[in-house]
Amino acid sequence: MTALLPTRHDEAWHYSDIAAVAAAWPLPAPENIIVPAGGHYARTIVQDTGSIHQIDVAIGKDATAAVHVLNIGGEYGRVELNVTLHEGADFKLGGVQIGGNAQTLEIITTVTHAEPKATSSQIVRSVLADTATGTYLGKIAVARDAQLTDSEQSVKAMLLDRSATANAKPELEIYADDVKCAHGCAIGELDPMGLFYLQARGLSPADAKKLMLQAFVAGVFEGAGDEEMLTEAALKKLGELV
Amino acid sequence: MLQITNLHANVGDKPILKGLTLSLNAGEIHAIMGPNGAGKSTLGYVLSGRPGYEVTEGEVTFNGQNLLDLEPHERAAAGCFLGFQYPVEIPGVSNVQFLREALNAQRKNRNEAPLSGAEFLKVAREQATALGMDMDMLKRPVNVGFSGGEKKRNEMVQMGIINPALAILDETDSGLDIDALRIVGDGINRIMRRPDKAVLLITHYQRLLDYVKPDFVHVLADGRITRSGGPELALELERDGYKELAA
Ligand SMILES: Nc1ncnc2c1ncn2[C@@H]1O[C@H](COP(=O)(O)OP(=O)(O)OP(=O)(O)O)[C@@H](O)[C@H]1O
Ligand SMILES: [Mg+2]
Repeated sequence: MTALLPTRHDEAWHYSDIAAVAAAWPLPAPENIIVPAGGHYARTIVQDTGSIHQIDVAIGKDATAAVHVLNIGGEYGRVELNVTLHEGADFKLGGVQIGGNAQTLEIITTVTHAEPKATSSQIVRSVLADTATGTYLGKIAVARDAQLTDSEQSVKAMLLDRSATANAKPELEIYADDVKCAHGCAIGELDPMGLFYLQARGLSPADAKKLMLQAFVAGVFEGAGDEEMLTEAALKKLGELV
Repeated sequence: MLQITNLHANVGDKPILKGLTLSLNAGEIHAIMGPNGAGKSTLGYVLSGRPGYEVTEGEVTFNGQNLLDLEPHERAAAGCFLGFQYPVEIPGVSNVQFLREALNAQRKNRNEAPLSGAEFLKVAREQATALGMDMDMLKRPVNVGFSGGEKKRNEMVQMGIINPALAILDETDSGLDIDALRIVGDGINRIMRRPDKAVLLITHYQRLLDYVKPDFVHVLADGRITRSGGPELALELERDGYKELAA
């Protein structure tokens, strides 16, 4: 926890709505989660009120943690995960953020592979309309002896209006030499030809967009205990944007 | 049923249709042939309301209403169907899901009750079977990874499910193998050859017209209809080409 209010010079807060952060300042200490060796942890976070979540997760030897995030509410919403993986541990993140109006939504992760043979996979999809800003900052740190690390980041954003902004910054800090770190990042718009095709078959413009966006976020919540609830809430929010 | 009068249309800033006049009555099948780049697909897109295809002059009425006033989905609900020359791939959206939504949206627009999942699947299965398409394929994302011929067959399955009053079929025969051509030809006859329906069949080759016998054949060249005739015109074109005709 930072004692001083962050500024935009702090990399992790570079795209943030500092006024909103100031209103929430000082933040309580981050939630601290320890997954014991061999344990399994699953967590769903729905940020729908405009709040800041800071969670530290330490995943023990051969343990797993799966976190699913739906970041959709309030003027400013931030979900910050600080994850440490011990030997053979596995971390999965499935995150969706959907923003309209002037919303600022952020998913910030720091995933540290502290020991060998740990795996991490992060999928984040952002849908942004109006003048909304969606940010994903994802840092992967691989310690010197964390050989056979396997980490993956797939980050995509869809802009529904030219006035919306998506920031995506995967960052790798690798000190081991036998590691696999894959990351893919894409920011795009809905395919106009696809939209026309759907409309030519009878879907209204809004329903056509909704269907394509539904496909865009599909799969992110796969395996979540609350998959149905998350999908439904995401669809409802998408419906408000199109 | 469809009355196109002196239609002019631009794509971007470029005039493509330049005074096209054509009329289709219920119960008729019209074939349109013409050189590459003549504006055949443009006609299909203009009739179905693709953004960027701007009508600068002329009129189109469909069953008495001004078609050009309607949004693409409203034209679909009114009974127009465009079979695409290049069917679009839509990752992540399953055929059945999209078709059920499309059909029910059309039904809603016409004040008809929506089909339940089971009712819809029954219709979809019938059409897929008639057109020799696997149900598994119908569950896959729209056209993604389909071969050229499979995409065209999928267009016809969609047409069977939607059951439109007017079908504009843009080179539905291209990319089909010999057996598929017959199956698709039979499909067009079965679905569309009815006294209350009409078809505008855009094609380059006589072979489709062997299965789907047109009542009229037109030549579209440089943005307008330059010649019209009966089925014999297609044979003449196949023999002599467009150059001869222009001379
Ligand atoms: N976006 C565009 N901007 C400018 N010109 C375009 C655009 N789209 C199409 N055209 C032009 O419009 C003309 C008509 O195209 P269209 O696709 O209607 O031809 P067609 O008769 O269907 O040809 P084919 O038999 O090859 O399918 C072509 O010269 C094409 O290059
Ligand atoms: Mg064409």
